[in-house]
Amino acid sequence: MIEQIFTPWRWQNLFTEWPLLLRAFLTTLEAAVLALLLALILGVIFGLMSSSHHRLPRAVARVYVEFFQNTPLMIQLFFVFFALPYAGINLPSFTCGVLCVGVYTGAYISEVVRAGIGSIPRGQFEAAYSQGFTYLQTMTLIILPQTVKIILPPLVNQCVNLIKNTSVLAMIAGGDLMYVANNWATNGNASYGPAYLICGVLYFCLCFPLSTWARRYEEKLKRQDIRTPEEVLETEAMAS
Amino acid sequence: MIAYFTELFSPTILLYLLRGFAITLRVAAIAIVLSILIGTVLGLVRSYAPWPLRKLAGAYIEWFRNTPNLLWVMVCFIAAPLPSDWARCTMAYVLFTSAMMAEIVRGGLNSIPRGQFEAAQSQGFTLPGTLWYIILPQCFRHIIPTMLSQIITVVKDTSFMAQVAVAELLFRTKNLMSIFYNVVGRQITAMDVFLLFGFAMLLYFAVNFTLSCVVRFLQKRDAVTSAQARN
Repeated sequence: MIEQIFTPWRWQNLFTEWPLLLRAFLTTLEAAVLALLLALILGVIFGLMSSSHHRLPRAVARVYVEFFQNTPLMIQLFFVFFALPYAGINLPSFTCGVLCVGVYTGAYISEVVRAGIGSIPRGQFEAAYSQGFTYLQTMTLIILPQTVKIILPPLVNQCVNLIKNTSVLAMIAGGDLMYVANNWATNGNASYGPAYLICGVLYFCLCFPLSTWARRYEEKLKRQDIRTPEEVLETEAMAS
Repeated sequence: MIAYFTELFSPTILLYLLRGFAITLRVAAIAIVLSILIGTVLGLVRSYAPWPLRKLAGAYIEWFRNTPNLLWVMVCFIAAPLPSDWARCTMAYVLFTSAMMAEIVRGGLNSIPRGQFEAAQSQGFTLPGTLWYIILPQCFRHIIPTMLSQIITVVKDTSFMAQVAVAELLFRTKNLMSIFYNVVGRQITAMDVFLLFGFAMLLYFAVNFTLSCVVRFLQKRDAVTSAQARN
């Protein structure tokens, strides 16, 4: 593999097929954006449910989070792609991938949102209710806007995980970057080296800026002595 | 009903799946132990080593942290210089997870005040002694929850090996769908498929959920002992 990376003709072959790679890169981006939207929607809904006063929504959110965090994304994907057709539900592979990655990441984001809401002092809820705000108004106008600032770093980290996880599309022929690189690696020329290297570099270009920004932002928050969601989760675990 | 279950989860099928789960657990266990060791060293190097070493460790960590684990499974499956399939995949998990662990360790080290080094030095501790007796114990206590969720991720990510035909749990579950007729002697139904997948999910869930409960218990115990120490 190493010597392949230093073989010019393999790179030439790869670059003559650059539209293929570009399309794969765009597919990965598209899958990531759609899955992120789904994950954010689910994350906020279940995050709100798990910080509710009532037992039922809390329990539902708990089950959702525990199930999706404790079973592999791959088995969820295989279940949807290979097992659901037995029940007459056939989804195209791209839809399957977006759905599974979105729902899986949603569980993680819901924990981030829950911790974010937990970091807002209780008095703010009481103050909002005393001014006649309804539950929804309190959350959307007062609580959630304040949490955005502190939950951004973990949220961006989840986004990085999501981008990396879209590579599972390769397993069900989703046409993403990993899949095309894999195909390219195993075609007649067997040029594993260049194909996997360029695939790694492209993922790196997507993820590195995001994860670096998240780290810097988090360090800035720590310097300002603002409690990060991780610390909230930690103290919660100790108190319970 | 009972006859149906004993037919579907016959000793043959159960053993077949559980042997796959044994591979899953073996790969995960080796990968976790090795990557905690390597990750701790990398984290220390990145935080405290002189400039060129620090940058080198940083480059390793950022490169592996920002690329998919699946890519490394593919690469190592083809290129790693190890004899068996599962060992090559284990190497991929070690490469990826040691970078994640190093980042977690670095986060823990950041929370330890610089003054502790000076205090240890003034008491005659050598640098390895300071790290081993003073810095690392505090660091690990702080990062255990984050580390645990990474460990759970490793257990889950072992299912990537299904893609390179290592016969772990997920591969065997899927494979059962195609060899079902030869094993059980009838066509597979939707119910069979759902139950087989459900069983595999239950195995993964049992291990991962137990792990997360253990950590919650440890944290609670720590909180109680430190509260008692304060009183």
